Parts: sequence; structure tokens; C-alpha cells
Amino acid sequence: MDKEYVGFSALPSQLHRKSVKKGFDFTLMVAGESGLGKSTLINSLFLTNLYEDRQVPEASARLTRTLTIERRSVEIEEGGIKVKLTLVDTPGFGDAVDCSDCWLPVVRFIEEQFEQYLRDESGLNRKNIQDSRVHCCLYFISPFGRGLRPLDVAFLRAMHEKVNIIPVIGKADALMPKETQALKQKIRDQLKEEEINIYQFPECDSDEDEEFKRQDAEMKERIPFAVVGSSEVVRDGGTSRPVRGRCYSWGTVEVENPHHCDFLNLRRMLVQTHLQDLKEVTHDLLYEGYRARCLQSLARPGARDRTSRSKLSRQSATEIPLPMLPLAETEKLIREKDEELRRMQEMLEKMQAQMQQSQAPGEQSDSL
Amino acid sequence: MSELVPEPRPKPAVPMKPVSINSNLLGYVGIDTIIEQMRKKTMKTGFDFNIMVVGQSGLGKSTLVNTLFKSQVSRKAASWNREEKIPKTVEIKAIGHVIEEGGVKMKLTVIDTPGFGDQINNENCWEPIEKYINEQYEKFLKEEVNIARKKRIPDTRVHCCLYFISPTGHSLRPLDLEFMKHLSKVVNIIPVIAKADTMTLEEKSEFKQRVRKELEVNGIEFYPQKEFDEDLEDKTENDKIRQESMPFAVVGSDKEYQVNGKRVLGRKTPWGIIEVENLNHCEFALLRDFVIRTHLQDLKEVTHNIHYETYRAKRLNDNGGLPPVSVDTEESHDSNP
Repeated sequence: MDKEYVGFSALPSQLHRKSVKKGFDFTLMVAGESGLGKSTLINSLFLTNLYEDRQVPEASARLTRTLTIERRSVEIEEGGIKVKLTLVDTPGFGDAVDCSDCWLPVVRFIEEQFEQYLRDESGLNRKNIQDSRVHCCLYFISPFGRGLRPLDVAFLRAMHEKVNIIPVIGKADALMPKETQALKQKIRDQLKEEEINIYQFPECDSDEDEEFKRQDAEMKERIPFAVVGSSEVVRDGGTSRPVRGRCYSWGTVEVENPHHCDFLNLRRMLVQTHLQDLKEVTHDLLYEGYRARCLQSLARPGARDRTSRSKLSRQSATEIPLPMLPLAETEKLIREKDEELRRMQEMLEKMQAQMQQSQAPGEQSDSL
Repeated sequence: MSELVPEPRPKPAVPMKPVSINSNLLGYVGIDTIIEQMRKKTMKTGFDFNIMVVGQSGLGKSTLVNTLFKSQVSRKAASWNREEKIPKTVEIKAIGHVIEEGGVKMKLTVIDTPGFGDQINNENCWEPIEKYINEQYEKFLKEEVNIARKKRIPDTRVHCCLYFISPTGHSLRPLDLEFMKHLSKVVNIIPVIAKADTMTLEEKSEFKQRVRKELEVNGIEFYPQKEFDEDLEDKTENDKIRQESMPFAVVGSDKEYQVNGKRVLGRKTPWGIIEVENLNHCEFALLRDFVIRTHLQDLKEVTHNIHYETYRAKRLNDNGGLPPVSVDTEESHDSNP
């Protein structure tokens, strides 16, 4: 039988063209106590000056300041691809003398974005859902401590099931190489001990070559990444080429030198290779987990099963008998939409079955 | 002698100042040897110095003290294998050593405060520290008011408190302000910027300016306090230190490396070696000279003449002007045996 060319192998490039046209949304949260070089690092990562007009308040002003959540967006374009990057900042975190529960507003913020998405998804007009969910949280750990501090542990435990966490060690030029290794190991041990699930960079495909796999494994061993940021391009010693770095009396730290810090690794893994995966994990795992918990708590107000993070398929969720209680209108709308969805899915299946029977080739009813 | 009998005058309550006549010595008398006599005595008796270090864990406090006194005087060197857990409350740990140099013996006590600033809620975490300091004053006071006093009262009072500021590059933390506000009236506080090898020269100078301004705005007087400058010479010398050098941006190390043929204390990074005693790299040498080579005696004197006297006056006042009665149940609580 001749293998004829049908043409659906062109699908990926169709997708690519569509997403290029649509542009790309990404929301990145940056958290950690002040003074760890967060803003500088973000500027270095995305090569934009997002924090131009910021003013850091004095200590006495920070005595009574509560944690605020700030959002700023910037459109970056590169190679024809437009990215709308939204940065979520948490100034004031870890500042006060008493930081009890200071992570609660952050947790609430993340859940609010999930809530918003859930509402939008169940709404009437779903063409232009704005995805404001936080896709990744870069958590900065101090290089001056002895690993995770009690506040770090509390924050990470509150957040690890709700957002992809990538821990980084800020201002890593404070450390000598041996100290960096020891600190990283200490942090890894602590994360394990406290059962905190950070974002797992996925395994590389089995068909990649050995060299790539080796590099990938090496890179993963460097987690948490020890980073240095710089908003300046300096000339090292006057003779070498200009580099992004920090000039000290005893030498110059080069941000993009892999022997100096893990900045390149972070940029590669975060921006160049895993941006899409972060979004997918946020949607498929974290959001679904939230949604399941939300709906289950509506169905069974007494039993909230929070241990299962497995993805509940849409069908099984709607099979749970929902009690007819006087609920808020949005809840009702969710149920109505779920019903509609189920009916539509049933119709789709019927159609597919019919098509298979009549053996019509090439008809694909994929739902993108 | 006069023939007239002068009118009887009531004896003055306070003896009048003796009239001092400046006379030129006609030959060498030898009164300048008093300096040598004092020196000999000090060498024989040695002296006490008590230094306290306060700051979040990991800021290099122990390493710095070891570097300052060129010996392992602080609890265990800062190695990453330290398995110690952060204590839940602030602990006070005092370790004493006798170190000797040039025939002079110093009984150095380093008082560490693990747990300070490390919790999620650090409200009032300075209280155990304030309590400890006052307890030492109380101990001294009790010895002083004894009928049979010891020839030399052991001095456990804190002469100097090094407060470690985290090198955020922004400004002081609220906790820093709170601590210094409460304790600057009770003990000599010398603020230092820890682990200063993360700041460029520019960042250092800006940060120091901001810190100085914040301290001034909040009425915090660190050592050397302006009000205790004794003469113009002191004032100019101290002004320069107060307004330009302090807080000292320091780096500590217990490792030596070879630089230009010399062995120096430092930190070796892939981009260069930071030399602890190189003034172009950090201000450790300034701090060391300040605390040990020029102001050691003054630190002790201010502690005794000012801080201790303030405490004593308050205690006496509270007791109606009478020396405090030594009641064992009331006053004997040492925070750490």
C-alpha cells in the first residue's frame, strides 16, 4: 500500500504559527526577604529594567508596613515572538519584627487567581480568558544563613502545592565554591526533610544524545541555583570584552560565567526550555488540584480530600451528586456549565463513534 | 603671721580646691615613670575584656571574633558542618579564654547570642540580652556594696557589643532599629556590616550613609558616643570615625591563602582572593585597630563610668537612696551558669 502524504504532520507548525500570533502570557512571582538581589536578577534575566522607579522605604517605615502584592507587566519581543511577562512582587515579606503568617496574603493571592480562572472557564464567553495564574515562583534564599530559615520553611510549605517553586540562592557571590556546595546540599536535605515539593524539571526525552543527557543531569544537580544579578555591563581589567557583572577591588564577578554562578543555568531552564512546561504544570496539576478541592468541598462540605493531587477528569467531577443547597450564583453557573460540557462531550463521542463506523479517514475532532 | 584674729568663718562643706601653681621642674624628678609603673602592674594583673556579638545566624559573628583575636576564642569555627539547630529562644553563651601577648595577659570573654533574629516572630528577642547585661551590672554592684570587698572585683560586665548588620544594601531592618534603640543606652554598641564582600565600593559607601542617617534620625547613639568625648582631641578623632568609617564593613576568615608571596587571611573565590587585612578590600583592620589598639581601655571606662553608673544610680534611686539589700530570692538568677 502506498504511503500517501495526508498532511497532518504540519499540525505542529500550525500550532506554532497560531501561538506566535496569539502571543504568550507568563506570570512570574518573585519572593523572599528584601535585599537578596531579586529585582536585579529579574532585570538581568529579562534584560529589561522593570524596577526603574522603585524606592525602598527606610527601616522605620517598614516597622508597621504589611505585606503588599505588586504586579507589573511588560511586553517583550524576541525573534517575532511576543511575550507578555507579568511580574508579581511581594515587598515587605520577611521584613517585620514579627513575620507570623506573613505568607498568608501571598497564598490568598495565588488562590484568587485560580478562583478567577475557574469562574472564567465556567463562564459564557470563554474566548478571551485572561490567564492571570502564577506560573512560577522564584523563591530567594539568603546566602548568609545556614540553609532554610524557619520563615523560608513556613512559606514554602504553604505554597508548594499551589505554585511551581524554583528556589534560588541570591547574591551568591557572598560564597566561596565549597560554601556554595555545602549550602546547596543543606537546602536539598532540608527540602526533603520538610517534604517540600519544588518544581521538578522534567526528564529529557530518551532519544536525546548522551551529551545532552549528561549536561541536563549536571544542570539539575546544581539546584537550587546560586545566582548573581547585575544591571551593569563592566569592563573586566580594561583588556577583555565587556561583560555583565559586578566589579570588586579583588576581581570581577561575571554573571554569565558558569564558573562564577548558575545564572546561565537558571535562564536556560526557566526561560529557554521550560516556560511552556511551567504553564502546563500550573494548569494540569496545580490548577486542577485547586479546582478539584473547590468542587469537592461544594459537594461534600464535611470531607475535604486534600491529599489527592491527581487530576480528576471533568466527567468524574460532575458525576458527584451535587446537593441542592441555596448556593451563590457563580456556583450555580459552574454547575450549569459543567452539565453543558458533559452533554457536549457525549455528543462528541457519539459523533466519533459514527465516524469510525463509516470509516471516514482523516477526520479528526481534536479539541485544542 | 597676722596680728589680727580673722573672723571665724564656718568651715566650708566642700573643701576648697587646692591652689595649683605651675612650677617648672629644676631637674629630672621621675614622675613620668608612673606610666611604666602602671604598665608593669597591668602586666602582672592582666585585665578583663568582655565582648558580646549579636546578629542573625550565619552573619559570620564567630569567625569575625576569631579573626579579631587571632585565635579560636568563639564557639566552634564557622564550618558548614555545624549541626547545631537554631535555638527557639535567644540563648546567652559566654566563653572565656586567657590570651597573652607581649607579656600582657587578657582574660577575654566572648558572649554569643544564638537565636537572635532567627525566628518567624522576633518580638522582644532583645530582652534576654538586656537582662543578661543588667545582671552583670547587678553582680558588680553587689560586690561593690559588700562590707568586705574583694581586692579586685571580677568584671563580667559587657564592655562592647558588636551588632551585625546584614548587608542587604538597602537600609537597616526594623529588628536592627529595635535592638539598638533599646540597648544603646545600656551598653556600648559598635555596629558592623557583616559579610561585606557582597558589596561594591559604591554600594558600601551608599549603604553606610543610609545606615548612619537612619541611626541619627532614630536617636541611636552608637559607640563612641558624642556626649562622652572628653576633649577636643578625642572629639576630632572620634568624629572622623563616626562620620566616615562607621559602621565598619568587615569580612572575616580563618583560612590563609598565598597572595604575592605572603600568607594572608582571606576568602578565595573564582574571581579573586579577598584579603581580610587589606584596607582596599574591607575595613576589618580598621575595626581591629579601633576596638583593640586604640579604644579598648576607653570601652571599659565608658562601661564603668557611664553605663554602670547609670544602672547603679537607678538601683539606688529605686531603693530610696540606700544600697540594695542583697536578698537571694530576689536577685540571684543567672541566665546561664
